[in-house]
Amino acid sequence: MKPMKRSNEPIFWSLFGAGGVVASLVAPALVFITGLALPLGLLGPDALSYERMLALVSSLPGALFLFVVISLLLWHTMHRINHSLHDIGIKAGLGGKVIFYGLALVGTMAAAYFLFATPL
Amino acid sequence: MPDRREIDIEVMRYNPETDSEPYIQSFRVPFDEDTSVLMGLQYIKDHLDGSLTFRWSCRMAVCGSCGKMVNGVPKLSCKAFLRDYYPGKLRIEPLEHFPIVRDLAVDQTDFLEKLEAVKPWIIRKDEKPLSEGTYLQTPEEVSSYLQFSSCINCLLCYSACPQYGLDNSFTGPAALSLLHRYNADSRDEGKSERMPLVNSEEGVWGCTLVGYCSEVCPKQVDPAAAVNRGKVNSTMDYFLRFLTPRGGVDS
Ligand code: SF4
Ligand code: FES
Repeated sequence: MKPMKRSNEPIFWSLFGAGGVVASLVAPALVFITGLALPLGLLGPDALSYERMLALVSSLPGALFLFVVISLLLWHTMHRINHSLHDIGIKAGLGGKVIFYGLALVGTMAAAYFLFATPL
Repeated sequence: MPDRREIDIEVMRYNPETDSEPYIQSFRVPFDEDTSVLMGLQYIKDHLDGSLTFRWSCRMAVCGSCGKMVNGVPKLSCKAFLRDYYPGKLRIEPLEHFPIVRDLAVDQTDFLEKLEAVKPWIIRKDEKPLSEGTYLQTPEEVSSYLQFSSCINCLLCYSACPQYGLDNSFTGPAALSLLHRYNADSRDEGKSERMPLVNSEEGVWGCTLVGYCSEVCPKQVDPAAAVNRGKVNSTMDYFLRFLTPRGGVDS
């Protein structure tokens, strides 16, 4: 048997797992707030107003929260897509990893840039 | 009144010496409430075609040798009953993802090599002398591996596993469950010998948690859970190796 090469999958699996927690606990609440509660008028018209949202992203806890939600959900999604391709018999291999994890990385960096690096 | 029902059983036949490819042959078999699929095959062998080849031994879901595909689902043929398929018919095929030796008998060599590779035995650095008595375990220590020790090597989970079907370099559900069974045993000291395999693409990382293995397992081993624990162990090993000299391998 050939010598075993250590997989770097634990990095992506950890991000996938953390993203899974966000996807199951936080995402449904966000979907409820933005997709149901607001259009149904349960929250009042100004709940997600520009000023409030600006205040949210301008505060460190708010920006951190959004960064975690955006980034981890991206890692979670991209990992799942990459593996589902494998499940249906498409061998995306290294190219798949580069494309999908690359997208997650770009999304993460973009979120970091817009949330933390732009002058407020 | 005696039960006189009959059912059609389609069996995949293949004799490598005379057939260029497998084909299906149909038999009509009498059965009653207690007739297992295995007994149906034995009826064919005893009364209709003595050349039909298949494996069995215990007839009570213990030995793990009678696995077949029954209507596309991996089953122990001694634990499946003809009555449950009536009035439909059955198609019995050899376990998927393995080469056919003849008719319903498959070549298990690949699995046996994998089984050996996970070192499914208790490894001790120093054996304690008999005079010091047995190794004691708390109920909690026993429960951490007990379910994974019920595997009967029936290979149903390998036929269920799409990853093994796509690429059989993957170590697969049962071998990884047994690997975890020994790694999780408090008497064992061989974790560092097994982790390189766990950590590899051929180890737990070849799994995408489809979960069908656990569904078809006749012994409630839940191989998917064992593989997932392997993923947790491998992830700890991956990051902890930078912190501890032994790579976090020996707890
Ligand atoms: S894990 Fe279950 S299905 Fe797989 S070989 Fe063992 S007993 Fe059979
Ligand atoms: S004959 Fe032994 S498990 Fe079926």
